[in-house]
Amino acid sequence: MSTQASRSAARVMLAPAVVVLLVWMIVPLAMTLWFSVQRYNLLRPEDSGFIWFQNYANFVATPAFWLAILNTLLLVLGVLAITVVGGILIALLIDRPIWGQGPVRILVISPFFIMPPVAALIWKNMFMNPTNGLFAAGFRAVGLQPVEWLQDWPLVSVILIVAWQWLPFATLILLTALQSLSSEQLEAAEMDGAPPLKRFWYITLPHLARAITVVVLIQTIFLLGILVEILVTTNGGPGNESTTLTYLVYFEAILDTDAGTAAAGGVVAVILANIVAVFLMRAIGKNLDA
Amino acid sequence: MTATTRALLGATALCALGWAAAAQQTTLTIATVNNGDMVRMQGLTDDFTSQNPDIALEWVTLEENVLRQNVTTDIATGGGQYDVITIGTYEVPIWARQGWLVPLDLGAEFDVDDLLPPIRAGLSVDGTLYASPFYGESSFVMYRRDLAEAAGVTIPDSPTWADIKAAAAAMHDPDNGVYGICLRGKAGWGENMAFLTTMANSYGARWFDETWQPQFDTEQWRAAITDYLDLMTNYGPPGASSNGFNENLTLFQQGSCGMWIDATVAGSFVTDPNNSTVADSVGFALAPDNGLGKRANWLWAWSLAIPASSDAQDAAKTFIAWATGKGYTDLVAAQDGIANVPPGTRTSLYENPEYLAAAPFAQMTIDSINAADPNNPTVDPVPYTGVQFVAIPEFQGLGTAVGQVFSDALAGNKTVDEALAEAQAIATQTMTEAGYIK
Repeated sequence: MSTQASRSAARVMLAPAVVVLLVWMIVPLAMTLWFSVQRYNLLRPEDSGFIWFQNYANFVATPAFWLAILNTLLLVLGVLAITVVGGILIALLIDRPIWGQGPVRILVISPFFIMPPVAALIWKNMFMNPTNGLFAAGFRAVGLQPVEWLQDWPLVSVILIVAWQWLPFATLILLTALQSLSSEQLEAAEMDGAPPLKRFWYITLPHLARAITVVVLIQTIFLLGILVEILVTTNGGPGNESTTLTYLVYFEAILDTDAGTAAAGGVVAVILANIVAVFLMRAIGKNLDA
Repeated sequence: MTATTRALLGATALCALGWAAAAQQTTLTIATVNNGDMVRMQGLTDDFTSQNPDIALEWVTLEENVLRQNVTTDIATGGGQYDVITIGTYEVPIWARQGWLVPLDLGAEFDVDDLLPPIRAGLSVDGTLYASPFYGESSFVMYRRDLAEAAGVTIPDSPTWADIKAAAAAMHDPDNGVYGICLRGKAGWGENMAFLTTMANSYGARWFDETWQPQFDTEQWRAAITDYLDLMTNYGPPGASSNGFNENLTLFQQGSCGMWIDATVAGSFVTDPNNSTVADSVGFALAPDNGLGKRANWLWAWSLAIPASSDAQDAAKTFIAWATGKGYTDLVAAQDGIANVPPGTRTSLYENPEYLAAAPFAQMTIDSINAADPNNPTVDPVPYTGVQFVAIPEFQGLGTAVGQVFSDALAGNKTVDEALAEAQAIATQTMTEAGYIK
């Protein structure tokens, strides 16, 4: 039972927290929006001023723009596909009572603790390098020409590296979901004569739906911002084959020192992230209602 | 007055004294790059602080690209965070023209005329010095004497590109893990474009003509890029489009390269027996030419400068005069041996017979540096300063974008003509937007 007085008191007491949150969120966004309509190159400060939406036009007119959007989507979807499918399989595997379960689980999760630049350097120099790398040695051992990963398959290579990093996260979440699945249901289905694949499809997978949603949403947020792995391995190339939207913003801000266009790129990236989020919510949200 | 109160009063008085002492001391914040020579300088600062007890030093040591980002942001916004900054020959002319750097007049003892002329020219605008060189470098050919001998080729001290190509073909032996030549292929204005610009210079190509029109549609660029791709696809290592300085250094140290054309600082790395498996058999030669009077060697100097926003400019000048003066060379020589002094800045160092005897690559380094001229980098006249770069603010972005195109061509995704046409289009668009082309 709240009276008029207690309600307004509650509002006053909530106000500081709400204001801090608003400032926290609004100020950087407002500054980005402000810079995105300014002509502002750090190295030519004398030539700055308000230019409406010219920065957006410049950013979209960048030759690599559409390719960057495509690459961003491919990167996100590719990593999601690998981590969700791989995560389910590994979770099923280490959910079984096996010898040395504890150490195995820790090993499976450990890639998540490796810092992204370190992981990218290890993959680049120790695995994918066509002269010294492990993959190249494997190819040579069976008499094949080594694949020049970063040169011929740049985006695939980046997807592989990022997927390797995020697989433990997916595995961890899905494993905890699996552990909450009651074994009685599975036993009952087994007694009714349901084969393993059907048990997986009709009991385990629906049970995992919620966890998969969490994995997909959280990963999407982080994957849209992937930069370090690209910077360390391919520098967005060769050509623009592994250039993503984030890399393009980095390019404008750091190499072109063009704060205006970079801010415009940042706004475009925010819009893209929202579109992706809406689609994902629509697609997966149905599972949440069920 | 109780004992406690007395103690408190005493402590307060001590703090006040300490405060007064600290107030008299000037603190210099120095931003520098994390390479060996700079780290050594930090170890030697006791010498400086004992001479200048009123100046305290505070170091900010960063990786090259991070340093460039931080310092650029600080100086462009007038932040005043640093009193001494470490910058290269690319930044100095641009920032000096903006009025962001303090002109350096470091006194008679500093002996500015002792600086190597090409380095001094690269760090001056209209005859005024704006940064003092800490160490300088050029580029040259490093090759395996044992492989060349086995293949029956000799690489002259002043090779032409034809000599390089013949030697690469003779030494190329991929079945045994040896590739004829390793060159940079990773996109970036300081990566593949540094090398490609010098190579193009030796073919008589230039980035822009006197009216800032991009020149990628010329026959000279075509010849340079054609030969580069020809060398790398026939005699280069696999995956070359992602090889930069570090990757090539590793390849060469492991014995996978017959030849490598890169920075003169690499000379000490490939001859270091602790890291290099081929330390005993490395030969050096000048960067190649094409008979046009220009060699494919660049010019770079990490230098110390003072931002105009610094509030301790006099102290900063004292520090720069110490760190880049003649006395510093003696200091390093006394502690770590004369072969380890910062190379490539002073004529007097290369007239010192002791140094020439201790450093096997010294003569080749000085010859390479003297062969570079930042004001006349190529055969035809140009409107810009810089050998392996164009000293305009737009070059970081432009050079990297063009570098990506050539990296793509090296990966086999574009032909020479497609790459050159694309480079021309990118350069024309950038220069038009930036207002150079009216």
